Amino acid sequence: MSAAAVKARVATVWLDGCSGCHMSLLDIDEALAVLAGRIRLVFGPLVDAQEFPEEVDVTLVEGAVSSQDDLRLLQAIRQRTKLLIALGDCAVTGNVPSMRNGLPVKKMLESIYIQGVTTAPGVPKTGVPSLLKHASPLHESVRVDLHVPGCPPKPEAIAFVLKELLDGRKPDLTGQVKFG
Amino acid sequence: MPNMISLRIDGELVRVEEGHTIFQAAEAAGKQIPGLCQMKGLSPVGACRLCVVELAGVNRLLPSCTTPAQEGMSVTTQSARIKSYRRMIVELLLAERNHICAVCVSNNHCELQALAMKLGVTHVRYTYAYRSFPVDTSHPRFVLDHNRCIVCTRCVRVCAEMEGAHVWDVMGRGVGSRLVCELNRSWGQASSCTGCGKCVQVCPTGALAEKGCAVEEMIKRGQSISRLAETRGGVL
Repeated sequence: MSAAAVKARVATVWLDGCSGCHMSLLDIDEALAVLAGRIRLVFGPLVDAQEFPEEVDVTLVEGAVSSQDDLRLLQAIRQRTKLLIALGDCAVTGNVPSMRNGLPVKKMLESIYIQGVTTAPGVPKTGVPSLLKHASPLHESVRVDLHVPGCPPKPEAIAFVLKELLDGRKPDLTGQVKFG
Repeated sequence: MPNMISLRIDGELVRVEEGHTIFQAAEAAGKQIPGLCQMKGLSPVGACRLCVVELAGVNRLLPSCTTPAQEGMSVTTQSARIKSYRRMIVELLLAERNHICAVCVSNNHCELQALAMKLGVTHVRYTYAYRSFPVDTSHPRFVLDHNRCIVCTRCVRVCAEMEGAHVWDVMGRGVGSRLVCELNRSWGQASSCTGCGKCVQVCPTGALAEKGCAVEEMIKRGQSISRLAETRGGVL
């Protein structure tokens, strides 16, 4: 069976980030049409799946690991995916979400939800995952196969990474991305 | 007539005046050695260790900016071992403080960021320190953000050696080292600061910047400081 006949199972995940990396993914324009013929999008903000599926070929993870839910999902992704890609600065360095790391979580939440709040002050406790001590890059929690830095990474870099992977090569990003 | 010495740099025979450092000899031979604390016109201190080179017959790497060139030396400026150490140093600098390039005034114009890319850094292998650092906004025209300081001491030296004011110094040791204004005063309170801004221009990162700059807007003019030093004389 030729490679083109079997569609690669690709997932995208949005952890603690602004979704800018997903916007950059959508900005690859006509390359999307080419990709559509070669991949099956099995999980992510762009599809409806609730559970992270088994046997995923490539997962692009945007955002830092910031909450218990982020960590659990990332660990499941690592177990069920062949190639885990850190997409963008939040996933690669912690970036803006990590700017809270110098503050203790309790103090930070109180400064947002209690100090100076006049209407129903109080830190929300139900329906939201508890925060980890630090918002950290993916590779501090799980093994990452490829880092694609940028805030966001350029659409051309994302298209290049996906095309190279679909063609069975490990992408060489030298000169294609900027750090930080 | 100054004494001339001969040495080999990357196999090439180079003749320089006695008293030059390896860094200066390499520069004279048209070779680029990276460095974040080194700056033409300022005295060398060997703070950042990015200019390390291999010297035949010596096991450890040596900082080229503070090692005098000597007759008969054989120096290697580029090798896999050197590159791996330089990359390690850049990653440690990034892990030590909170650089967050995406929201930095010097994003895309930063010597640390440029060097990280040149060395092929795509992520930092070390656990980030995530320590809290203050930002001093007390000066009317300039800002000091300790989150982005790599303690290269270019600002300390340009202020002491060229401006003659010696406003800046370093307190603490090792990972606890921190830039201080006078005897640990806020910058706005400093009576010795002339407000010349030389420290801002030589700073390789976004640690020292002009007030009012948004992300990516702070473009430094460090070369003009080197040129000024040259016109005043005394620069090798």
